[in-house]
Amino acid sequence: MRYMLLICGQESDIASLADDPALPGRGGWADEMKRRGVFRLGEGLRPVAEATTVRVRGDEVLLTDGPFAETKDLIGGFNVIECADLDEAIEIAAKHPAASFGMIEIRPLWEQ
Amino acid sequence: MSAEVEAAVAAAFREEWGQIVATLIRVTGDWDLAEECAQDAFTVALQRWPRDGIPRRPGAWLTTTARNRATDRLRREAVGAAKLREAAMMSSPREAGDDEVAVSGVRDDLLRLMFTCCHPALAFESQVALTLRTLAGLTTAEIGRAFLVPESTMSKRLVRAKQKIIGAGIPYRVPPAHLLPERTTAVLGVLYLLFNEGYAATAGADLMRHGLCGEAIRLARTLAELMPDEPEALGLLALLLLHDARRATRVDDAGDLVTLEHQERTRWDTAEIADGVHVLETALRRGRPGPYQVQAAIAACHATATEAADTDWAQIAALYGELARMVPSAVVQLNHAVAIGMAEGPAAGLALVETLDASGALAGYHLLPATRADLLRRLDRRAEAAAAYRQALELAATDAERHYLTRRLAETTNQD
Repeated sequence: MRYMLLICGQESDIASLADDPALPGRGGWADEMKRRGVFRLGEGLRPVAEATTVRVRGDEVLLTDGPFAETKDLIGGFNVIECADLDEAIEIAAKHPAASFGMIEIRPLWEQ
Repeated sequence: MSAEVEAAVAAAFREEWGQIVATLIRVTGDWDLAEECAQDAFTVALQRWPRDGIPRRPGAWLTTTARNRATDRLRREAVGAAKLREAAMMSSPREAGDDEVAVSGVRDDLLRLMFTCCHPALAFESQVALTLRTLAGLTTAEIGRAFLVPESTMSKRLVRAKQKIIGAGIPYRVPPAHLLPERTTAVLGVLYLLFNEGYAATAGADLMRHGLCGEAIRLARTLAELMPDEPEALGLLALLLLHDARRATRVDDAGDLVTLEHQERTRWDTAEIADGVHVLETALRRGRPGPYQVQAAIAACHATATEAADTDWAQIAALYGELARMVPSAVVQLNHAVAIGMAEGPAAGLALVETLDASGALAGYHLLPATRADLLRRLDRRAEAAAAYRQALELAATDAERHYLTRRLAETTNQD
């Protein structure tokens, strides 16, 4: 099954993820998961201050400066993994460095 | 229909429902289909058994009937290649071989179902509801009544839980060794909660919903048989049996709570106590004590004392001390204080209760002021005792508890 791991945490913590060894090519979590063959995709997101939220209502395109929900915790990055079942996804997510200071939401992807 | 057949179907339902559903879930991967086909099999049994006689192995007969029903339905409904493949796979006999292999396969299914229902990725209330529906065979309406929620709410809860199992990819299996200890704790926790829901309602006038106690004991016994190497499963079973043995004396004819001290011990179920003690001894021989075994040992101290005055409070206090080390919990500490109050006198108990009170860990829990009140009363500090009883009364959740506290309050204030 494919799962998206949404990396959530407070802005300051998320900022530190930018130079986190979890990122691909730095010998950490992502590389380990690539070796295991479960890593499909992963990116870090730039700060929410740079986010723009778009809605279309009627003919109007409405723009808001910032994320769609103002909360203390925000999404700082994501990974897509493919593994056997939720137990394996939990084990993989628990190994992610952000799990120890923020949290990781595991979301199954729709399969066609 | 003869009473004999009716009784046989009822007994098969009690004993085989969970196994039939568990096997059907494995072969079809479809929880709703599994339940429906199990239900159908019992309906067919009600028609056929009076005519053909009760089969030698009712469980095997019912499982085969349910499987055939599932195969038929999947074939009929098969729209795509995937469904046809499933149906084809089902017709290949996976349980071929001698009876022993088949039986052990079926027992594995039951364990798989237990662990999947109690998977920690499901909300605790969903775990409980799923366990009652799929393992114990209670209807959605019955489960709703037991947990004081409308049937529609319970139905939605079950639908969501099953949807999550499939959608999120919760595996249908007994967890591998490295996950087993924590997942076993989760299963034991669900069964213990089930029992407690039946033993003492958390709200309202309905103090006893004994059906849940019986289901919890039956499932705990099954789990203990399926996991012979897990002494905590035996510990839980022993604990439930030893509590249940005192059930009849826990409230009086007026529905008022009777404390352990005042229960009519001759009405305790001695056979159930003997069973509980035997199960506990089997568990303790494994030499790996755990919280359920210690709690069962405490319950055994109470259940085997012929009179309240014979209770070995020093032993109970020591066991609560051990339990507090295993599971740091303020409620355990409160019980430890009660035992110390009995073993070493009310002043020693009160000192522990005051420390707990000051920590604020049990704020809002009626048994904290109730315990303080009892200790103060025994120290003859009546005005303080009365104030503590009043405080407990404000926090008590059930009518039976309120009646008990009101009575104690009256006794304390009338002694002048």
